[in-house]
Amino acid sequence: MPEPLLDVRDLRVSFRTRTGPVTVVDGLSFAVAPGEVLGVVGESGSGKSVSMLAVLRLLTNPNVTVSGQVRFRGRDLLTLPDREMRAVRGREIAMVFQDPMTALTPVYTVGWQIAEQIRAHEQVSRKEARARAVRLLSDVGIPDAASRADAYPHEFSGGMRQRAVIAMALSCDPALLIADEPTTALDVTVQAQILDLMRELNARGSAVVLITHDMGVVSEITDRVLVMYGGRVAEEGPRRAVFHGPRHPYTWGLLDSVPRVGGARLRRLPTIAGMPVSPGDLPAGCAFAPRCRLRHERCEELPVLVAGSADFEHRDACWLPPDDRAALRVTARTEASRTDTARTETSGTGTARTDASGTGTAQEVAS
Amino acid sequence: MRLVLQFAVKRFGSALLVMFAISVLVFLIFFATPGVDPAARIAGRNADPATLAQVRHSFGLDRPLPVRYLLMMRHLLIDRDLESFVNRGSRVIPQIVQATPVTLSLVIGAAVIWMTAGLLMGTAAATLRGKAADPLIMLVGVVGVSLPAYWLGEVVNLITQKQLHDSVFSWVPPPGYVGLAKDPGQWALHLLFPWLTLALLYAGIYARLLRGEVISALSEDYVRTARAKGLSERRILVRHALRCSLIPVVSLFGLDFGALVGGAALLTEVVFGLPGIGKLTYDALQNLDLPVIMGTVLYAAFFVVLANALVDILYARLDPRARHA
Amino acid sequence: MTATLPRLREARRSPGPWRTAAGDLLHNRAALAAAVVLLVVVVASLCAPLYAAHIAHTDPFQSHVSGTTVVDGKTVPVLTPSSTGLGLGVTPIGPTWDPAHYFLGADNQGRDVMARLLYGGRTSLFIGFTAALISCAVGTVVGVVAGYAGGAVDAVISRVLDVIWAFPVYLLAICLSVVLLTNGLRLGPLTVDAGSLWLPVAIIAAIYVPYIARPLRGQVLVLRNKEFIQAAIGSGAPVPRILRREVLPNVLPTALVFVPLMTALAMLTESALSFLSVGVQPPDASWGTIIEDGLGLLYTRPTVTIAPGLLIALTTAALNVLGDGVRDALDPGARLRGGV
Repeated sequence: MPEPLLDVRDLRVSFRTRTGPVTVVDGLSFAVAPGEVLGVVGESGSGKSVSMLAVLRLLTNPNVTVSGQVRFRGRDLLTLPDREMRAVRGREIAMVFQDPMTALTPVYTVGWQIAEQIRAHEQVSRKEARARAVRLLSDVGIPDAASRADAYPHEFSGGMRQRAVIAMALSCDPALLIADEPTTALDVTVQAQILDLMRELNARGSAVVLITHDMGVVSEITDRVLVMYGGRVAEEGPRRAVFHGPRHPYTWGLLDSVPRVGGARLRRLPTIAGMPVSPGDLPAGCAFAPRCRLRHERCEELPVLVAGSADFEHRDACWLPPDDRAALRVTARTEASRTDTARTETSGTGTARTDASGTGTAQEVAS
Repeated sequence: MRLVLQFAVKRFGSALLVMFAISVLVFLIFFATPGVDPAARIAGRNADPATLAQVRHSFGLDRPLPVRYLLMMRHLLIDRDLESFVNRGSRVIPQIVQATPVTLSLVIGAAVIWMTAGLLMGTAAATLRGKAADPLIMLVGVVGVSLPAYWLGEVVNLITQKQLHDSVFSWVPPPGYVGLAKDPGQWALHLLFPWLTLALLYAGIYARLLRGEVISALSEDYVRTARAKGLSERRILVRHALRCSLIPVVSLFGLDFGALVGGAALLTEVVFGLPGIGKLTYDALQNLDLPVIMGTVLYAAFFVVLANALVDILYARLDPRARHA
Repeated sequence: MTATLPRLREARRSPGPWRTAAGDLLHNRAALAAAVVLLVVVVASLCAPLYAAHIAHTDPFQSHVSGTTVVDGKTVPVLTPSSTGLGLGVTPIGPTWDPAHYFLGADNQGRDVMARLLYGGRTSLFIGFTAALISCAVGTVVGVVAGYAGGAVDAVISRVLDVIWAFPVYLLAICLSVVLLTNGLRLGPLTVDAGSLWLPVAIIAAIYVPYIARPLRGQVLVLRNKEFIQAAIGSGAPVPRILRREVLPNVLPTALVFVPLMTALAMLTESALSFLSVGVQPPDASWGTIIEDGLGLLYTRPTVTIAPGLLIALTTAALNVLGDGVRDALDPGARLRGGV
C-alpha cells in the first residue's frame, strides 16, 4: 500500500463538562490514500464530524482535549506550531461544512472571500486572485461567474452557495478535501449535482473524506468506507466488500434500514433497536452491545479492529466468530422480523407477513 | 435611484409627522393636563385674580388651545421670533444657537473617548474570554453603567475642585465653558472631566455590547470557515468577527449620538456648569418657560429622528443583507 | 448464542427549559453573588423602621437643628455654625461610625444620614421595581398585541411608540414630572396626589414602555411566521388560546430578562429625577433626594452625597449582573455560544 496521505492513529477527543469528561472520539485510527475517496458513515453523535474537526485542529473550545497522532504527509498535525498549521489549512487540506447558508461571511462578496483564501497562501496580486476566483466559480458550474463573484452570499441559493464554498475550498488545489455532510442541507436534485462535482475533483487527483449518514451517497462515490459508532470504528474496508459482505452488526442495521426500490415488499421498515449511545455513557466494552441481538459475554470487553477474512483491507471490531458472518446476519434478521411480527400480531393489525427477505445470503444493494 | 428617493421622501414625511406629534404632546402636557393652570405658575403662587387675568391675556392664554398652539408654532418656525416667557425680549432660537457649540464640544469629545475605550475593552474581553482579564474588564463596564452620571460628576468635582485641588488637580479649572475659538487649550481643559464622566457611562454600555457581539460572532459558522481557510486569528477577529459585530454597535452609536446632541447630556451639563442645550432645557423646565421648552424639545426630537433615519441608511451600507429588504 | 434483546433503559425525562435555566443560573457564581448583594440591600432597607427606632433612636424625617448627640463619650451639638460660607452656614456632624449616634453623620437639617439612607432605599427600590414590573407588563402586552394583530392596530401602536421614544427619555420624564407634581393627576374618577410615590412610578413606567414593547413586537413578528403558530391558526384555535399557549411562553423569557435590567434603569432614572427635584418629593426621601440634599454640603461633609450614590451604584451593578445571568440562563443561544 502506498504511503497514506493522511494517517490517523488512536485519535481521542474528550470534552470537559459540568457532569464530568465526555469522550466523543475514542481511539479512532484510519488512513486515507492519495486520490481516494473515503466515506465516513455513522449516526449523529458517532463522532464523525468532531474527529475531522480535530484533524484540522478546528476545535477551539478550551474544554476540549485532543490526543493521538494525525500524520499528514509525514508530519504530525497535532504537534505542529500554529503558523505551520495555518499553512496546511486551506492549502493542503480543505474542509467544507454542512450548512451552506451560514458558511460564508455575510458582509463580503463571494469573489472577495475566495480571493482572500488565495492571497492568504500565495503571493498573487488582487487582480489575479479575483480572476482565479471567477474561474473557480465557473469551474464548479456557477453561471455568469464574473458578475456572481461580486454578489453577496445571501444572493445565492443553497445549492449555488455550496458550490461556491467548494470552489473556495479548492482554490489552492488541496491534496485532501474533507466534506462534512455537504449535501444534507440540500434537496435531492442538487445533491446529485454536488456529488458529480466531487467525483470530478477526485478525478483530478484530490483525495476526499466524505462524512455522511446517507448510505446511498456512500455507495455512489466512495472507494473505501469507514463505519463509526460511539466514537469508535465499527467496520472499515473497500466499498464493495462492506456493502456486499458487511461484517459488523451495526453495518447490517444501517444497510437493512435503507428502503429498497426493488425486492420483496416489507410490512415494516427494519430499524436498529434502541437509541444511539450517548457520548457520556460509553460502555467499557463494545459500544453497540446494548442494541445488538447477537451480544454475548465476550462483548463486555472492548473489541479489537481486525481483518476477519482473507481481505486484509476489510476490518471490523466485533467478537462474533470471524467466519460465516453472513449466516449470523440472517439469524439476526429473522430474529428481528419475528419480534416485529409478534408485535404486529398483538397489536391486531391483521395477518402479518413474515419478512420475505430471509432468502439466501447477503443481498445486493442497488447501486 | 428612484427607489432611494421614494425611501427618503417616505422617511421625511414620517419624520415630520413624528415631530408634529411631539410638539402637540409637549403643548398638551404643559397646557392641557387636568389640574394645571399655567398662568398660576407664571404669575406666582399668591397672585390675585386680577394679576392672573392680566398674565393670561398677555401670554395669550385666554384663547382656545388650537389657536395658541398654531400661534406658537408660527412664531417658532415661520417668524422665528418666539420669545421666552421668563426673559421677555430674549428670543428662543438665538438661545438655542448659542448653546449648540457647547453641547457639540461635549458630545463629540466624549464620543471619541468612549468609542475608543469601548471598542478596545469589548474586543479584549471577548478574545480573553475565560481568562482573568475578561471579568475584570467587564467589571469596569458594569461599574460604568451603574454609576449615576450626575453623581459621578459631582464626585469628580469634589475631588478635582476641593479635596485634591491643591495637590494633584491644581490644574483643573473651575466649572464652566471656554469657547474653542477663544482658547483651545482652556476649552479642552474645561471639558476634560466632563468628557471623561460622560464617556465612562457609555464606554461601559459599548464594551458590554461589543463583547457579547464578538463572542457571538466568533462562534458563527463563517468564522469556522475562515479558520479552515488558514487565515490568521487576528485577521479573523478584525476582518470577519469585528466587522459583523460592528453593525449593531454602529447603529446604537448613531442613536445615542443623536440623542446626546439633542441635549440628553443635560445632567452632565448642569453638574459641570456647561451652558449647552441640556442646561438650557433644564433651566426652562425649572421655570416652566414654555416657548423655550418647546424649542429645545423640538430641537432634541429633530436630532433623534434624524439620527434614526441616518442609522437606517447606514445600516444598509454596513449589512448587505438589509439592502434588499 | 442469540441472547434476548436487553431491556432498554428508561429514557431520562429532559428537565425542561425552566429547570435547565434555573440550573444554569445557580451555577453562575457572579449572578449568585449579585443576588446575595441585592438581598442584603433589600432586607436592610426594609428594616429601616427597625433601625431608626431601635438602633439609632432617631426620627430621620424630623429636623434636629438644635439637637445634641454623644461622640466618644462627649456630648456635642449636631449642627455647628460654619465659617466657610458654603451651605447654610452650619456644619453638621460627620460620620461617627457609631450606629447609635449618627453612624454616617447628619445632614444639614440634623437628620441621621444612615437612617435616611435606609428609608431612601425603601423608596428607591419600591419605585424602581414597581416601575420596571409595570413597564415590562404593559410593554409585553402592547408589543404582543401590535406584533400579532398586524395591520392597522400595529400601525397605530407603532406610531405611538415611535413618538414616545423619539421624545428624549429624560426630557419626557422631566416634563411630565414638572407638570404632574404641582397638582397631582386627576383622571376622571382617579386622583393621585402630588406627593404620592405612584406618580414617579407611573411616569417612569410610561416612558420606558417603548423600550420593552419594540423588541417584543419584533420577536412576535418573527414568531407569527413560524410553522407552529401557522399550524395552530390553521387548526382553528381561538386567538386567546394561541396567544396564551404558543406566543406567551416564547416571549416570556425575553420579558423576564428585561425585569432586572429595567429595575436598574428605573432606579437610575428615579434618582436623576429626584436629584432634579422632580422625582420623589419631601417629606419622602429616596437616594436621589439625599444626593441632592448633600450638594450644599459637598465640600464639607461629602458623605451625605457619596453614600447614596455608592448605594445606587452597588444596587444597579448587582441588578445588571443578575440580569446578565438571567439572560444567559434563559437564552439557549448563549449556551451554544459558550459551550461545546
